[in-house]
Amino acid sequence: MDHHQLIQQFKEKAQLVSATIHPEMTLETALTTAVKYCQKKSSCQTSRPWESPPGHQDNGGAREHVKTIALPENHASLETLLSPMCSSRGIELVTKNFRNHARGMDMGITFADYGIADTGTLVIGCDGEDMRLATMISDIHVALLPQSRIRSTALELTDELEDMMAAPGAYTAFITGPSRTADIERVLAIGVHGPLELHIMLLKD
Amino acid sequence: MEKKTSQETLKAYRKRIDTALDNDFLRTAMDRFAVAYKEGRKNAFKDMDTDDLIEQVAILKKKAIENRTALLEEFTFQAEKKGIQVHMAADAQEANNIISHIGKAANCQKVIKSKSMTAEETHLNPWLENRGFKVTETDLGEWIVQLRHEGPSHMVMPAIHLSRYQVADLFSQVTDSRQDAKIEGLVKVARSTLRDNFIEADMGITGANFLIAKTATMGLVTNEGNARLATTLPRVHVVLAGIDKILPSLEDALKVARVLPRNATGQQLTSYVTWITGPSQCTSMETDKREMHIVLLDNGRSAIADDPLFSQVLHCVRCGACANVCPVYRMVGGHQMGHIYIGAIGLITTYFFHGRENARNLVQNCTNCGACKAVCAANIDLPRLIKEVHARIQDEEGHPLKSLLLAKVLKNRKLFHGLLRSASLAQVPVTGNTPYLRHLPMVFSNEHNFRALPAIAKVPFRDRWKKLKPRIDKPAMKIILFSGCVQDFVYPEQLEAAVKLFKKGSVDVEFPMGQSCCGLPAMMMGEKEAARDVAIQNVKAMRGFNAQWIVTLCASCASHLTHATRDLTKGFLPDKEIKDFIQRIIPFSDFINRFAPETVLPGGKDLASHAPKAVSTAGKGKVTWHSPCHLCRGMGVRNAPKDLIAASGQTFVQAEEEETCCGFGGSFSANFPAVSREILTRKLDDAENTGAELLVTECPGCVLQLRGGAVNQERNLKVSHLAELLAGTVKTSSD
Ligand code: SF4
Ligand code: SF4
Repeated sequence: MDHHQLIQQFKEKAQLVSATIHPEMTLETALTTAVKYCQKKSSCQTSRPWESPPGHQDNGGAREHVKTIALPENHASLETLLSPMCSSRGIELVTKNFRNHARGMDMGITFADYGIADTGTLVIGCDGEDMRLATMISDIHVALLPQSRIRSTALELTDELEDMMAAPGAYTAFITGPSRTADIERVLAIGVHGPLELHIMLLKD
Repeated sequence: MEKKTSQETLKAYRKRIDTALDNDFLRTAMDRFAVAYKEGRKNAFKDMDTDDLIEQVAILKKKAIENRTALLEEFTFQAEKKGIQVHMAADAQEANNIISHIGKAANCQKVIKSKSMTAEETHLNPWLENRGFKVTETDLGEWIVQLRHEGPSHMVMPAIHLSRYQVADLFSQVTDSRQDAKIEGLVKVARSTLRDNFIEADMGITGANFLIAKTATMGLVTNEGNARLATTLPRVHVVLAGIDKILPSLEDALKVARVLPRNATGQQLTSYVTWITGPSQCTSMETDKREMHIVLLDNGRSAIADDPLFSQVLHCVRCGACANVCPVYRMVGGHQMGHIYIGAIGLITTYFFHGRENARNLVQNCTNCGACKAVCAANIDLPRLIKEVHARIQDEEGHPLKSLLLAKVLKNRKLFHGLLRSASLAQVPVTGNTPYLRHLPMVFSNEHNFRALPAIAKVPFRDRWKKLKPRIDKPAMKIILFSGCVQDFVYPEQLEAAVKLFKKGSVDVEFPMGQSCCGLPAMMMGEKEAARDVAIQNVKAMRGFNAQWIVTLCASCASHLTHATRDLTKGFLPDKEIKDFIQRIIPFSDFINRFAPETVLPGGKDLASHAPKAVSTAGKGKVTWHSPCHLCRGMGVRNAPKDLIAASGQTFVQAEEEETCCGFGGSFSANFPAVSREILTRKLDDAENTGAELLVTECPGCVLQLRGGAVNQERNLKVSHLAELLAGTVKTSSD
């Protein structure tokens, strides 16, 4: 299989598990697309719709009005691009202490280290706590994946994965689609404790 | 949840089962699941060599278990180097104790858990709750059963026994606000409600799917994302895992991960596979690192690993597939099909982890259909181990009278056959005008009314043999006919049909009089010694006949003789003789199909000329097939009988669940008549849905079950043995 076919397989498999694929973009377009999408979405979903009117704020509580995008600190290079995009749309760009937002954020943007074609999986090194939380507590996780980083199978990546996992404190995530459950009547429902949507932005190299 | 007390009798257990059978929601849900699972699994493994992938898992797990001492040492060394505190727990109580001490020492009050079967095994939750911790399950299904004060009813889908309405009621109570019975919405309730628990928790407890010795990395295979939050937000992380979870390298873990989700739920991969190497960053700790502990649980695992037969139990990767395909599980659900671990593996591990009292009744609740073995992610010989556990329990506690009687009778062939002969006289007043006997003396139970039972033949096959034996001038080959007791004494006409066919093909047939019951009924009742005795008798009975094949029309006999004889007779008979015996066993359809074209049936596959007129004139001539468990899975014979049906000039129509068990299982149907009846009903529905008028099979046990059910339920369906169809001797009346 040549690399083009691998990319094709990756796309198909990722879509099968309800991920949204945005093909072939520059970094800038990818971020613009993400921010625009965030603006359109309804406010953070971890609120309790059946409770008192929205707007109340508690410690670490979801804010109903101001939307938030989580960008982990190790992604500082993206901040200069993202910052103006967010402020012009009234979105707050948060770059640290995501723990204080653990009830939920609207979007988390991270790079992915690899893509695995045969299952449509992302491999993301999440050693830092904020890196992890960005992929967990956001309603929407946007993953930026350079196309050249797509491999055929997980087994083919064994050496690279072992390197990622070697250091004490390493936390490596395979992410295949948004979080899901079939625990009630075996009916598939998307979005349990993790993101409700997973968007994969394939970046041109 | 119905409590399972240590004194639960078989009768009380049956009552619990009856309640489950009356649960309509469970019935429908399980039926749908059983069909959907098969399809999902097939798709997930599409274009892959499933057997090879599973074999690789079996081999790597076997090596890891054999090498466990060195691996444990390596894992511990690496883990401590990475800053993990490693604890060894000899048993459940010690593990729980270690965990509550960790909690106290770290000043934890609130605990969140992501799903861990090992924590269920040690009954960790009540232990922690009794010591003042507030424990919250965060896997949706586990949370639901926790709120209902139940245990999980499936290893992968803990709340599969509940409907959305029940969940909605439960969540309405929890949130103090009416929740609709819409699944998407209910999931969001869990998402929102549990988020606070994550934020407030001091300690997160998880299991582990893999512990990798080389790097001390733990792997977690999950869908919901709760395990990731549980290992990220709380300041203390405790892993509770069995020592059997240790693997040498990431490569091994990836190979298991390739099979596990596909086999469990038909997913190519779960949403998340998380790999954690030691304490990760935790900003709520002064050190910026989480406190991380791994509690390695033995709880009998070392003893299992040392047992040459049972060590394979530890190859289990907890995919739950053995429950997904089990016909009994499908009828009764998880709470009746395991103590903590559920499905076939649960029947076995209950004995080791939770004791004989909890296992005694469970191990009998198995039809021995082999569906679990055929699907197992680690190739474990589950049905065999279930029978072995049963035998062990009886050896330890003493054998019940009826099983002792059976053993005693079986060991003495003349006594056994004498009893059967006199039974044919004794039944006359019982059967009245019908040919159906209410109480088959072979099965000591009086709860068989769900199907009509056949009468013992007036003259058994063995007494007809002298007259029947064909004289053949130039035989093409010589075979031995192995009848098994049901055909010999209940359905001699099936054997006669076969003899007719053999004669046509110039096959010389011998019927050694020394042959007895194959011994499977003894194994099913936990009477291993008796099974050995008859196995030896049977091998010896073949001496001096010099035949090429030992053909049997009973799939269960074929499978039992093929797979059990070696272990039973090793050391009692010469190895060569045992091997020679086993290699010659062949099921009837396989034999005819292999040799029919040239030797056995002149005219080859053109069997149309022998087409049974009785059937084709009776209707459309549509014939469907029930594949006996011991034929398709036991002997790997799948197409031969169907080819023969088609070649016989009939219209073959395939049933959707052709390979699903009929629910007979010998003593199983006597012990659990209600379950047997339900399995049977579904089987007959499936056959009738094809529009066929004749259901053909290749095992007298299946004929007994299916025909009896069809008669009792007044179905428009005849049942016959394949030999009768081919020989044109299918009867037109319902008997
Ligand atoms: S042999 Fe059949 S009935 Fe017994 S546990 Fe396995 S699947 Fe269930
Ligand atoms: S015994 Fe086999 S099928 Fe059953 S859970 Fe274990 S690995 Fe899966």
